[in-house]
Amino acid sequence: MKIVIIGNGMVGYKFCEKLLAKKGTGTAELVVFGEEMRPAYDRVHLSEYFAGKSADELTLAPAAWYADNGITLHLGDPVQSIDRVHQTVHSFKGITEHYDYLVLATGSAAFVPPIPGVEKQGVFIYRTIEDLEMMTDYARHAKKGAVIGGGLLGLEAAKAMLDLGITDTQVIEFAPRLMPRQIDDAGSHTLRTKLEALGLHIRTNTNTTAILGDEHITAMQFADDSTIEVDMLVISAGIKPRDELAKLCGLETGHRGGIVVNDQLSTNDPHIFAIGECALHKGMIYGLVAPGYEMADVVAANLCGGSKSFTGFDMSTKLKLIGVDVASFGDPFINAHEGRSITWEDTHKGVYKRINVSPDGKHLLGGILVGDADQYNMLLQTCKNKVVLPPNPEDVILGARGGAADSGAGVTSLPDDALICSCESITKLDICQAVSEKGCETVDAIKKCTKAGTGCGGCVPMVKDLVNHTLKANGKYVRNVLCEHFAYSRQELFDLVKVHDLKSYEAVLDKLGKGDGCETCKPAVASIIASLWNEMILQKGNATAQDSNDRYLANIQKGGTYSVVPRIPGGEITPEKLIVIGQVAVKYNLYTKITGGQRIDLFGAHVSDLPLIWEELIAAGFESGHAYGKALRTVKSCVGSTWCRFGLHDSVSYAIRIEERYRGLRAPHKLKSAVSGCIRECAEAQSKDFGIIATEKGWNLYVCGNGGSKPQHALLLATDIDSDTCIQYIDRFLMFYIKTADPLTRTATWLNKMEGGINYLRNVVVNDSLGIAAQLEAEMQLLVDNYKCEWKEVVDNPELRKRFNHFVNAPAEKDPSVQFQPMREQKRAAEWK
Amino acid sequence: MLTLEQTMTWFTACRVEDVPENGGVCVKYKDEQIALFHFTRRGAWYATQNECPHRQQMALSRGMIGSQDEEPKVACPFHKKTFSLQSGKCLSGDDYVIKTYPVKVEDGFVYIGMEE
Repeated sequence: MKIVIIGNGMVGYKFCEKLLAKKGTGTAELVVFGEEMRPAYDRVHLSEYFAGKSADELTLAPAAWYADNGITLHLGDPVQSIDRVHQTVHSFKGITEHYDYLVLATGSAAFVPPIPGVEKQGVFIYRTIEDLEMMTDYARHAKKGAVIGGGLLGLEAAKAMLDLGITDTQVIEFAPRLMPRQIDDAGSHTLRTKLEALGLHIRTNTNTTAILGDEHITAMQFADDSTIEVDMLVISAGIKPRDELAKLCGLETGHRGGIVVNDQLSTNDPHIFAIGECALHKGMIYGLVAPGYEMADVVAANLCGGSKSFTGFDMSTKLKLIGVDVASFGDPFINAHEGRSITWEDTHKGVYKRINVSPDGKHLLGGILVGDADQYNMLLQTCKNKVVLPPNPEDVILGARGGAADSGAGVTSLPDDALICSCESITKLDICQAVSEKGCETVDAIKKCTKAGTGCGGCVPMVKDLVNHTLKANGKYVRNVLCEHFAYSRQELFDLVKVHDLKSYEAVLDKLGKGDGCETCKPAVASIIASLWNEMILQKGNATAQDSNDRYLANIQKGGTYSVVPRIPGGEITPEKLIVIGQVAVKYNLYTKITGGQRIDLFGAHVSDLPLIWEELIAAGFESGHAYGKALRTVKSCVGSTWCRFGLHDSVSYAIRIEERYRGLRAPHKLKSAVSGCIRECAEAQSKDFGIIATEKGWNLYVCGNGGSKPQHALLLATDIDSDTCIQYIDRFLMFYIKTADPLTRTATWLNKMEGGINYLRNVVVNDSLGIAAQLEAEMQLLVDNYKCEWKEVVDNPELRKRFNHFVNAPAEKDPSVQFQPMREQKRAAEWK
Repeated sequence: MLTLEQTMTWFTACRVEDVPENGGVCVKYKDEQIALFHFTRRGAWYATQNECPHRQQMALSRGMIGSQDEEPKVACPFHKKTFSLQSGKCLSGDDYVIKTYPVKVEDGFVYIGMEE
């Protein structure tokens, strides 16, 4: 397939880039014709050329990039005609190219009003690097400047004039105000006042009738017959689409210019597309780069067999014009019957803000910010996502005034010198400073800048919280999305996966995400799927979306061997089963150790031995202990009333009941539990995600504790409840946690971030304040009913067993790089470097 | 291209169906271990050294694959260091570079190209 692209501007370039990304090099032949001598450059930041940026720095990709990717690039060679019958284009230098598809990205030219004298020397347009070079030369002899056009481009041009050293510059606008398309009268007035304070002269309501002078411009004349002296003029009064070629070959164009396209950006010839500023979509020319890029993406996707539509584009913008913030979003001008407007003005500082609110006061429809646009992103998100406004909508531009400050917990309560990443010795202050002072706004940026989270990775969720919190404290709006592939929080994704009934990672990515996924979203989504349906995690293509431990149903250890932990509910085990564990350990040469959770861990197993080991364990009545999963691990117990002279209830039997109920339950993070038979608390239940302590009258239930890097005691949720009620509360608590927590967030951290804390949680779980208790119980029951030992399923399934080999082409061989060293009559993994 | 063909030996790694979709396997070639990935989502195959240079662990074939921006990558299961499957460069801020190998598929068999 051969695709010819006419135009090597920003949008034409982006099209090449998108097509390569989707199709790969070499599958489609790309030929590009550009009129200018340079490869595509960043026209949006053209004025930075005057501020010292070189033409090379503005270049989007060097000529070598096109060659490396197999793209033929003809520069300085505009296409002269298109032959639609034979599907060929003919260029200025005489090249004739056949095309299967033709993409017109011809952009726009400056609109020059027909004023007598526009041809004189010293009159410029402001469009290309060549224009800038000519302006720079001429400006050396100029003292009095003028710009026709008080819109976005006109003010950019005025900035360029100031940068060129022409401080005496006038802006001449035909309309009654500056930036008439983006802002209202009052906003325009504020902008004007600020620009005048910077030394610009501004004339609105002014119609230029003549440009005076002999060869060179010397003055301008206006409709009221007044004149001003000018020796350099830039015309920046708007754009007109470059549709000459399209007209010439009979493509449909609009009355006021622009190549007519449909939602697929196809012209009336199905082999020809038009994108960017030359395209007229539903009567609209999009004069910004972002919608142009979106159009490029749509055409690239469709040419690669996709089906994507262009359905219009949000024209919200925020820019800095000559040092003054100007932003408009949503619908900046509404009529009285569509809603009401709230405006706020500070004439001293030169700040104007307007928000348009729906008639019921619930939603933000649009607005304008001049002089201070810090709230732009937050307001834009509020507007686009239809976030419900606070009872006093003015709070969104003025901030909450008076009332209680929000109570902080979690990362906010940590002192500045708290060690967050112990691998790299990074403190809370280091991270907050990287966010505030070095502009790191993502976990990845923090990793690159401070190295925090690059060691074991255990601190990454806390780093994320700190980044978000610091950004919030700096007034930036934060949406807690999973990663670059999913624009949803885990909680949102959980609900969406359920609603759409999705059961594989690939299906979730296709329906709700983009790109190819990564090591962040894969395990998070796999966990959501497991928490929703509790199906075998290695089937439906989900094996490769699991984190390594889940993929091999064992914990990877130093050297690449695995450890095996059979479930021993409540820590109770028969002598016969103990003997089997010992026999298996001897047979497969494994190191054995008692774990902190009253189980036995067998280390040093080769990946290919895992199914054999489990076959023997399962035959002896064991099942998986899920020590490898973000899942329920163990329910520890003290011996309780069956033997202990202080015991109030049979804590072992209750621990076994709890462990067998929740075994295999997957959650955002691991879950630990314990049951103590009396207040002496030998099982340490108050350090668990949920812990139960016997009382004279029943059980006390504690939740959201953990050991680990930041130990936290569990909090009392309910007192003196019977065994069934306790399980009912745990069902609700766990399911509420599973549905709402962020990825890799333990229950303690989840509670710390919860507004209202334990009182809110108690209301939800015990008092059913949200009316979801029955639903939570039903959802948990489904998971309990679907439980199967996943190791038994692997052992019984030859297809699954096949994946447990080190070499795909030598299944009988073990990894020769595995090394052990002897230690205290057993062995250990060789130390890594 | 001619010189490339002369010095490249293609050896048979496995059948297409031996490699899980969107995942990897480890291939033995003489004394070397090579991680082979079937990036089904992109319709692409990639091969790299199996050893993660961070702690010299033979583990990359067991890592999760995915993309960062448009760059295909693999994350080591040990400490989640990520590497480009195209250039071999480390994408998580370290200076490591891993070896990559060309892959071709013919008649249901996967071949990896080794420079001799």
